[in-house]
Amino acid sequence: MFEIHAGLFNYWAAIALMMVGFYIVIAQGNLIKKIVGLNIFQVAVFVFYISMGKIDGGTAPILGEGIKVYSNPLPHVLILTAIVVGVATTALALALVVRINRSYGTIEEREIIEINHAADHDEDTRL
Amino acid sequence: MTAEPNIFLILLVIIPLMAAPICVLTRNANVAWSISMAVAWAVLGIAIKLVMELSAHDKVLYYRIGGWDAPWGIEYALDKVGGLVILVVASIGALTLTYAKRSVEKEITSERIYLFYAMLMLCISGLLGIAITGDAFNLFVFMEISSLSSYVLISLGKDKRALTSAFNYLIMGTIGATFYIIGVGMMYMMTGTLNIADLSSILPAVADTRTILVALAFLTVGISLKLALFPLHMWLPGAYAFAPSVVTIFLAATATKVSLYVLIRIFFTMFGRIDVFETFPLQPVLFGMALAAMFIASLAAIWQQNIKRMLAYSSIAQVGYMVLGIAIATEAGLTGGIIHIFNHALIKGSMFMAVGAMAFGLGVTTINDMAGIGRRMPLVMAAFVVGGLGLIGIPLTVGFVSKWALVSAALDAEMWPLAALILLSSLLAVIYVWRVVEVAYMRPSPENAKQPVQVPFSMLAPMWVLALASVWFGANATFTMDLAHSAAGHLMEGF
Repeated sequence: MFEIHAGLFNYWAAIALMMVGFYIVIAQGNLIKKIVGLNIFQVAVFVFYISMGKIDGGTAPILGEGIKVYSNPLPHVLILTAIVVGVATTALALALVVRINRSYGTIEEREIIEINHAADHDEDTRL
Repeated sequence: MTAEPNIFLILLVIIPLMAAPICVLTRNANVAWSISMAVAWAVLGIAIKLVMELSAHDKVLYYRIGGWDAPWGIEYALDKVGGLVILVVASIGALTLTYAKRSVEKEITSERIYLFYAMLMLCISGLLGIAITGDAFNLFVFMEISSLSSYVLISLGKDKRALTSAFNYLIMGTIGATFYIIGVGMMYMMTGTLNIADLSSILPAVADTRTILVALAFLTVGISLKLALFPLHMWLPGAYAFAPSVVTIFLAATATKVSLYVLIRIFFTMFGRIDVFETFPLQPVLFGMALAAMFIASLAAIWQQNIKRMLAYSSIAQVGYMVLGIAIATEAGLTGGIIHIFNHALIKGSMFMAVGAMAFGLGVTTINDMAGIGRRMPLVMAAFVVGGLGLIGIPLTVGFVSKWALVSAALDAEMWPLAALILLSSLLAVIYVWRVVEVAYMRPSPENAKQPVQVPFSMLAPMWVLALASVWFGANATFTMDLAHSAAGHLMEGF
């Protein structure tokens, strides 16, 4: 029991973060909050990967005297790449929100949907 | 795996990838276009060379990054299904760039045009990379390169709704990609490898674990989001409707097809030696979603006024046909799914090019705007009709070849109701195509109708190349069918 609950603490944390982030993306109407949720969701995956590579009592993977147990560096390197992708995504999303705010005058999803529906309706009924 | 490394595999990705920053440095629309144009046609040349090599010798082409042997280094591997996908991406890329110059000058602010070409180059590079990489994590990186650049491309649309569509696509696309890396991470935990060929040989040993089951679920859902498989298609209609015409042409003909390729890779290569369709309850789920896409999205298309949105819903329905082919999970079914990747790219490419030409000539956005357009822009409307016939699946068009392959696959697998449903859903395509044809040819032009602006040859030519290709490969399907068939055979055997 202890193994499952405490030994896998990192994985529990990753799943919890994942669900929190996912819920924020779905439930929040504010576009900035959606981006925050997306970030939490991505960070959960980073935690998941990093935990995967860690070995109890392992050091950094360096060739040297007395180093026998070391963590797997590959998942850590992969996550460096994923972090870079995450930063690019966040930057792009924020840039889009700035432009949305300029053209719509709001970043609340509900109001944006209303404006979009009005525009769709105008287009559909134009002859 | 001791094959001679093929340098052209890496060039296919490197050339457009390097062209992107060069386009940015030029800060000039015409120079950026010339560079992109040269690159796109060079890439097409390389893609044709590689596909010729693939069909001549029945083998897989390899390249090892930095000379590191797989599975330690990243390996690029191209087989026939990948070859078909790079052929689609490269030829649509070259034709789109030819078409792009005049259309983009009209639709995008002039100081942003050079950036547009940089983004298109990145997108092409990412899509080609997905098709040739042999590494599951590298595939994620390419997926994000192509996705991030397509969000930017969509947001360049004139209408402000382009911005919200791009934002929605960004949120959904990122969730999809993140699901994919969760799946890859779980597979790595169980197998210790990221190399796709290696995964394929190690996965059977751990196939019974819950981790792998969950990994497969994450991979399937993540890619289905990117693929716009019903009901995960919500981002697609807005993105296609409000993006600049050129972007819609390129993405409609390539992006969802490449995601479909990833789905095929997951089911038939990574999980190729496990009978995924027997072990996991995949088939009923995929059948349900594919059929729902075919019927619900086609019905939705019938009610659209915006012409690009109508075609977007039709694309969702067509994705349904492709997934249906995969889910039949026989060699014939897979052949049908793969051939429809190629055929649908021709059909939708030519139709969106026709719509782009109408937008160029008369500023058309809705079906009502198209009243009498059959007489005012006869050449453009004729290409649209040729594409429309393909969507319905009239004999002598590529659509017929696809539907024939799918229906006969369903019959071979003794799934009679499926064959009937494929034919029935084609009738819905008749309705939405006919609606446009009726307005364009039967309804008189409005009295104060403007004369259309002359559409330049550089836009008409690519449109007619695709429209005629959709008839040529419909009448003479040997080359594409052979390629799709041997690709499917190769996949069914495992990598």
